[in-house]
Amino acid sequence: MRLQGTARLALAAMASNKSRTGLTMLGVIIGVAAVVTMMAVGAGAQARVAEQIRSLGSNLIIVLSGSITSSGVRLGSGSQLTITEDDARAIEREIDGVQAAAPTVRGGVQVVAANANWSTATFGVTPEFFDARDWTVASGRPLGQDDVDGAAKVALLGQTVAQNLFGAASPVGETIRINKVPLTVVGVLARKGQTGQGQDQDDAVLIPLSTAKKKVLGTSQANARAVAAILVKIRRPEAMKPAEAEIRTLLRQRHRLQPGQDDDFTLRNLAEMLEAQEASSRVLSLLLAAIASVSLVVGGIGIMNIMLVSVTERTREIGLRRAVGARRHDILAQFLIEAVTVSLTGGLIGVAVGVLGSWTIAHFAGWPAPIQVRSIVPAFVFAGAVGVFFGFYPARKASRLSPIDALRHE
Amino acid sequence: MAEPVIETQRLSKDYWLGAHVVHALRDVSVTIAAGEMVAIMGPSGSGKSTFMSILGCLDTPTAGRYLLQGRDVSQLDDDDLARSRNAKIGFVFQQFNLLPRLSALANVQLPLIYSDRPAGEQRRRAQARLAEVGLGDRGHHRPAELSGGQQQRVAIARALVNDPVLFLADEPTGNLDTRTSLEIMAILQSLNRRGITIVLVTHEEDIARHARRVLHFRDGLLIGDERNAHPIDARAARAPAAMAAAGA
Repeated sequence: MRLQGTARLALAAMASNKSRTGLTMLGVIIGVAAVVTMMAVGAGAQARVAEQIRSLGSNLIIVLSGSITSSGVRLGSGSQLTITEDDARAIEREIDGVQAAAPTVRGGVQVVAANANWSTATFGVTPEFFDARDWTVASGRPLGQDDVDGAAKVALLGQTVAQNLFGAASPVGETIRINKVPLTVVGVLARKGQTGQGQDQDDAVLIPLSTAKKKVLGTSQANARAVAAILVKIRRPEAMKPAEAEIRTLLRQRHRLQPGQDDDFTLRNLAEMLEAQEASSRVLSLLLAAIASVSLVVGGIGIMNIMLVSVTERTREIGLRRAVGARRHDILAQFLIEAVTVSLTGGLIGVAVGVLGSWTIAHFAGWPAPIQVRSIVPAFVFAGAVGVFFGFYPARKASRLSPIDALRHE
Repeated sequence: MAEPVIETQRLSKDYWLGAHVVHALRDVSVTIAAGEMVAIMGPSGSGKSTFMSILGCLDTPTAGRYLLQGRDVSQLDDDDLARSRNAKIGFVFQQFNLLPRLSALANVQLPLIYSDRPAGEQRRRAQARLAEVGLGDRGHHRPAELSGGQQQRVAIARALVNDPVLFLADEPTGNLDTRTSLEIMAILQSLNRRGITIVLVTHEEDIARHARRVLHFRDGLLIGDERNAHPIDARAARAPAAMAAAGA
């Protein structure tokens, strides 16, 4: 009963000075809105990274033909094809937890279709490639084992290539030419988007590995079985680390490398790279939230400032309340309730503004900004805590006034 | 004689102002019986305000005892003093001290929110007290919309709302003109006739003559305790004022 009466009085006091209450609230509104919006933007950034991980194919280890030393000059990775299709088979066969190992070769080519042409990358692949990259076809069919075995003159186009050569028309069944070799388009790949580095993954043509080696790109003179890279897909994320070590050991054995001799191949763990990226984006979003929280704290200081003014202005009122029987904690409660009501109301409005702000950013800046329930609730609770924290000092000051001095205050 | 409401025994109050002590009150021993109406007079600095503060449980003495209805309240802690003020004492001040943002009714109700009475009863009581001071129809007005005399009547209703055993008035007519002062004194006298013990501080002889007993203070000492067998009856002067108020 006492608390209810005190709360009603606090509300009446706030309502009586609307512009001051509103301006005080504004600090909290901006703070909470900033926290909610920044968290949403940060979550958007994380969502993008997660999307990139999915688009690259998760749990992927890439084995690249390594650098070799030629006449004392160290050449870059892939300068000579040191790994082979047989290495891929061995990896698939001998290492636990490997779902697929896809050998690939790659070449930059000019693709011609009728009177259009386009410069792109062509990959010689096996059916395992689609599994390893989590890549599906949007129309037509993927490449089969038959295509590889028979070195069929068929090709799958990435979305970008299809767009540039055929526009809106369906390329399936059409013929393209790469290095003067005519290939029949059997399908178009699903859209993959860009990599984290901004590389367009849809700017590619896939052809059977055998076709690439024998007819389109040519073979390594040293080893007809050689490939540029093997994409190794691991079943479970936690098996990545051991698998990486086992692949290294296996390949060193197969390549007869002596202890102390450098690897003639390079292992890349894409998931690890992207995890690092994700971690940095998480740090970024935390940083954004932290900066936004600072404005919430500033809002709290605004509350404290106004509450201190209010305590001074209402000294006589405090004295009178004490005279008619208010105990110290009644006065404390009254001013705390005022502070918390300001901060919670501000928090509520701030959440609304933040949701609106996130939506606006998502809508107009094209940046995904999913509203985070896990940001709204803490932001609201934090706003309340700010009210308690910054309201406490003025409220305590009010409750400590001597009733006589307060009554005589001019 | 009736049981004493107030009994002070060698009450003293010292203040420290820097290095030297101010003896605001020295060895004041007074007994005030239930149903008395007492005026306290004295120049400023005489200790009368300090005495009132202690009687009102707003302050505690440095030495001596103060028994309120036989209970020693001079050593109570802050919360117990607040409870005593709430349950036993009604205050009226020179400045009225109404809360400007609240309606007259809400002002009267104020002491009740610090008691534990149910909300419905609070409202009924406040309304009844307001009617007793002749402002039953003004409950929704803000203090600024009322005249000085009306504001002081609201303050009186507020002081009465919790049925106090002691009614303390600190210069209740200090801010009012003569006619309105008489109205207020008439109300206090009628309360006193109903058996409420009243102690008022004033520096006006005219006002003090409404009381049956006058205490004189000087330099912190009680220097006079007169009985007035024939106090002025404010009702005689009140009739035309009441008529004027009704016409207004």
